[in-house]
Amino acid sequence: MNQETTASPVGSRPNESDSKIISIKSMHKWFGDFHVLKDINLEVAKSEKIVICGPSGSGKSTLIRCINRLEEHQQGSIIVDGTELTQDLKNIEIIRSEVGMVFQQFNLFPHLTVLDNVTLAPIWVRKLPRAEAEEQAMQYLERVKIPEQASKYPGQLSGGQQQRVAIARSLCMNPRIMLFDEPTSALDPEMIKEVLDVMIELAESGMTMLVVTHEMGFATAVADRVIFMDEGEIIEEKPPKEFFENPEHDRTKLFLSQILHH
Amino acid sequence: MSQTPANPRYTPGTHPDLPPPRRTTGVLGWVRMNLLSSPLNVALTLLSIWLLWTILPPSIHWLFTGAIWTAADRKECWALMDAPRDGACWAFIRGSFELFVYGWYPEPERWRVNLTFVLFIAAIVGGLRENIPGKKYWLIFAAAYPFIAAWLLLGGFGLEPVGTNKLGGILLTLVVAVTGISFSLPLGIALALGRRSNLPALRAVCVIFIEFIRGVPLITLLFVASTMLTYFLPPGSTFDLLMRVLIMVTLFASAYIAEVVRGGLQGLSGGQYEAADALGLSYWKAHRLVILPQALKISIPGIVNTFIGSFKDSTLVLIIGMMDILGLGRARLNDPDWLGLAPELYIFIALFFFISCFAMSRYSLNLEKKLQTGHKS
Repeated sequence: MNQETTASPVGSRPNESDSKIISIKSMHKWFGDFHVLKDINLEVAKSEKIVICGPSGSGKSTLIRCINRLEEHQQGSIIVDGTELTQDLKNIEIIRSEVGMVFQQFNLFPHLTVLDNVTLAPIWVRKLPRAEAEEQAMQYLERVKIPEQASKYPGQLSGGQQQRVAIARSLCMNPRIMLFDEPTSALDPEMIKEVLDVMIELAESGMTMLVVTHEMGFATAVADRVIFMDEGEIIEEKPPKEFFENPEHDRTKLFLSQILHH
Repeated sequence: MSQTPANPRYTPGTHPDLPPPRRTTGVLGWVRMNLLSSPLNVALTLLSIWLLWTILPPSIHWLFTGAIWTAADRKECWALMDAPRDGACWAFIRGSFELFVYGWYPEPERWRVNLTFVLFIAAIVGGLRENIPGKKYWLIFAAAYPFIAAWLLLGGFGLEPVGTNKLGGILLTLVVAVTGISFSLPLGIALALGRRSNLPALRAVCVIFIEFIRGVPLITLLFVASTMLTYFLPPGSTFDLLMRVLIMVTLFASAYIAEVVRGGLQGLSGGQYEAADALGLSYWKAHRLVILPQALKISIPGIVNTFIGSFKDSTLVLIIGMMDILGLGRARLNDPDWLGLAPELYIFIALFFFISCFAMSRYSLNLEKKLQTGHKS
């Protein structure tokens, strides 16, 4: 595996391609015999917002999970913020602390209070003093509009509140990139908006974001590019307006007709 | 919905919270629901009352009112009763109490055993209580306790040395059980993590160890400890029998703990691992802060179950000739003065084990309730 991933044409100097914060080149991934990602090439500029959509099983979640190495790719290269993802555990931990991730199922730590959830990584990874970490945590909880829930446990919050805590938890690490893996898919309809509002506010602040979602309204509002994936390939990538009004490929058209017809 | 006069119609939004129907709450409601809910239930209630009526009075008479508490031997006991065996001869237990507690520990040194017991209580209370001032120091003390206890009991470093063969009775039972319990938990956790490791060699070692230990009866391991182990040790080396037994008991319990903890680890959703990874926590930090606190919480019933099991399994050491409370009690039954007082002895021993195990069980329930944060991951 190593020989494929180390020989990167771009090299791993941070200043080489300054505006490109993520650079994925001819990347392949298999689950056993199943070829789940095929020849992925994707460059993401700083502050760019990218929405990834596609039918289920198309590999879109797997793609963003490769970016913080929750999944391991087997061919090609992924360079995140100047560091190439290899077997090197130290590099992986560094990249993970720079890349925030929000999950479909929130994945808050149920045995810790909201405040402890949010301060855990700053204290143990960034080595911040507790008081400082808590002060910063309260700022982010305010930003996601739930400072009053700080002493509660995740199980006492609604889904929308939990997802906002999850966003605050990631932001507390001051990440340079945020990955969202279907952040609103597990929410009741009346809670989707409160989470999307937080994400829109985050987008406006200049965060680099990769969002797997079916919320086409969100894509129209904030995305710089929409990427459509099917069967492990990137089929089409365009600015949202063009993407929705002028889809090129038949598969994109079919997908759009299926999700927009109601 | 039909409308009855008792249920007046409210305009939407003004419906008050009404009290529940009568007869479902209070003492009468409870009796009605639990004791008299059906003809079969009424019959069972009557049967139970009759059974209690016939069993309780004679039991109370034998155990308490007709029992003899002070006597020199069993003949004196019988003489003091209306008829021989009319009541329990607790004088037997009272007369043997010191032997049952201390074994053959030399009399002038018994304060050391008492101190060990007192420190044991302190370590338990200090180590387990949540809101105790100076919690950190209590935890350090609790962790150091086994070594303090070993020094107090066996002597050396300024204390009169006492051979391990002098330990017996409740003292020996507690030494075997507490050592097994307190060392098997960390070892079991390590084995569980090893069994789930990505390193094939480590995983294989843990699987083989766990499966081997679980596949062999404890008695076999104790026989190995008492007889075979000497063949494997370098000739001329002596390795205390009690120490060998303690190691075997600990290894045995740790294999079971490992499987219980592994169950807890598997009960956790993969999302917890991923969230910890995604935040940049290392393997050890993720396990210490996120994974183990939750996995151990899920495993509490199984862990305590194993603890209670190994507490009672400690009686098996009598097979290799060690005199724990059961072994010592049985030996005492052969004493001509107290011949044939088995019921008293076994009631006493059962009571000792029941109190110890029930306390562990209650504590675990308490702990589960305290750690309940109203959510599954």
